[in-house]
Amino acid sequence: MIKVMSANGAISEAVKMCKPKVIPVFPITPQTTISEYLAKFVADGVLDAEYIRVESEHSAISAAVGASGAGVRTFTATSSQGLALMHEILFVAAGMRTPIVLGNANRALSAPLSIWNDQQDSISERDTGWMQFFAENAQEALDFVIQAYKISEDHQVLLPSMVCVDGYILTHTVEPVDIPRQEDVDEFLPPYEPISFLDPKNPMSLGTFTDPDYYMEARYDMQTAMDGAKDVIRRVNKEFEEVFGRKHGLVESYKTEDAEIILVAMGSICGTIKTVVDYLREKGEKVGLLRVISFRPFPQEDIYQAVKGARRIAVLDKNISLGIGGVLFNEIKAKMDVNASGFILGLGGREISPDHIIEIIEKTRNPTETNKINWIGLKEEE
Amino acid sequence: MTSVGAVVRDPGSSIKNKTGSWRTFKPTLDKEKCIDCGNCILFCPEGCITKDYDIDYDYCKGCGICAEECPVKAIKMERE
Repeated sequence: MIKVMSANGAISEAVKMCKPKVIPVFPITPQTTISEYLAKFVADGVLDAEYIRVESEHSAISAAVGASGAGVRTFTATSSQGLALMHEILFVAAGMRTPIVLGNANRALSAPLSIWNDQQDSISERDTGWMQFFAENAQEALDFVIQAYKISEDHQVLLPSMVCVDGYILTHTVEPVDIPRQEDVDEFLPPYEPISFLDPKNPMSLGTFTDPDYYMEARYDMQTAMDGAKDVIRRVNKEFEEVFGRKHGLVESYKTEDAEIILVAMGSICGTIKTVVDYLREKGEKVGLLRVISFRPFPQEDIYQAVKGARRIAVLDKNISLGIGGVLFNEIKAKMDVNASGFILGLGGREISPDHIIEIIEKTRNPTETNKINWIGLKEEE
Repeated sequence: MTSVGAVVRDPGSSIKNKTGSWRTFKPTLDKEKCIDCGNCILFCPEGCITKDYDIDYDYCKGCGICAEECPVKAIKMERE
């Protein structure tokens, strides 16, 4: 059934159909409507879950870890400062191998305080052991939540997932979304079966202190699980396509096959880039887009396969690791031998127009310095 | 690794970690001086002193609280 809704609405509809038993959420702009929709579902009795009104995001993720440790499916959602406040427990959730799914409305971090979009918040949590999937539109937000549970709960993975949607651009704009039938979701996503959980009949300790004899192996296991998650994601994408007819992957290649210049980006900006690619293709220019969907695990093989034939690539970052540059740019440079230029744009909600994308393509075609951090849309003093 | 997520499936297994190895100062109790008040037993944070005033050196970390609380100075702390 097609309904018109925002990405926040789509995430909430997906969560409802995945039937989590515990939902601890603290509202924060621009995630707030997720917390409201889910509260309404629970109050109306259409979602049988414990909705916990926690006093902070640190508590929200802590309650989610506790609930997941008790062996049930859980969901939480946040944004920006809220995700930063969760930082400590994000490591705990991953280390305890709790398959929590979190909806993140991507927003800039303070200071200066901004409620507008960039991707600094989730990018800054890249080392926590969470998988991160960046949606381009509301339909993907819905599809990724349903798939994230299946990926996270796979016994080969058992790592939490973040479904990232660009604040305002996706969270507060509406578009048609195909809502699946509950019976199809039930068929695709079986009930969560934990391998270890708190049970008085079978007592065990979760999240314990470890001495130097054990810690490194626990971290090694997480890296192994993260690597193995790529194949699980591919399998789950295929199963999803069989049931729902929509195809997803670790990356999306858009007109890359014969492209001389390929742009690499994540999230909603890719909609704008596709429009520009179509426009330039009509004029005979060989340009393409490689969209990174899974930022963690990082699909370096898929990225390289898609961009290796290009003369030059441009990597677009709505984030900056101060002192080195865009994170996606630097990770691509670290993992593969490509001629790449890095661009920082859209920080704190700075508008990105098709003209900016054309400017990036021009600068990539004739680069002055490849290691330079290129700022797009920056107001520079004369 | 023993289990995914470092889960400990064997309840009570913390006793395998003999924390007495952390000790720098070792308490010795002089039963001649002891007046059987029970303060050291009550104050020991590790429960390492028995009702017969014997000290369990497998788990005594040498914190010295027993010596501090003893009203007749029957417990001496000595560097090991």
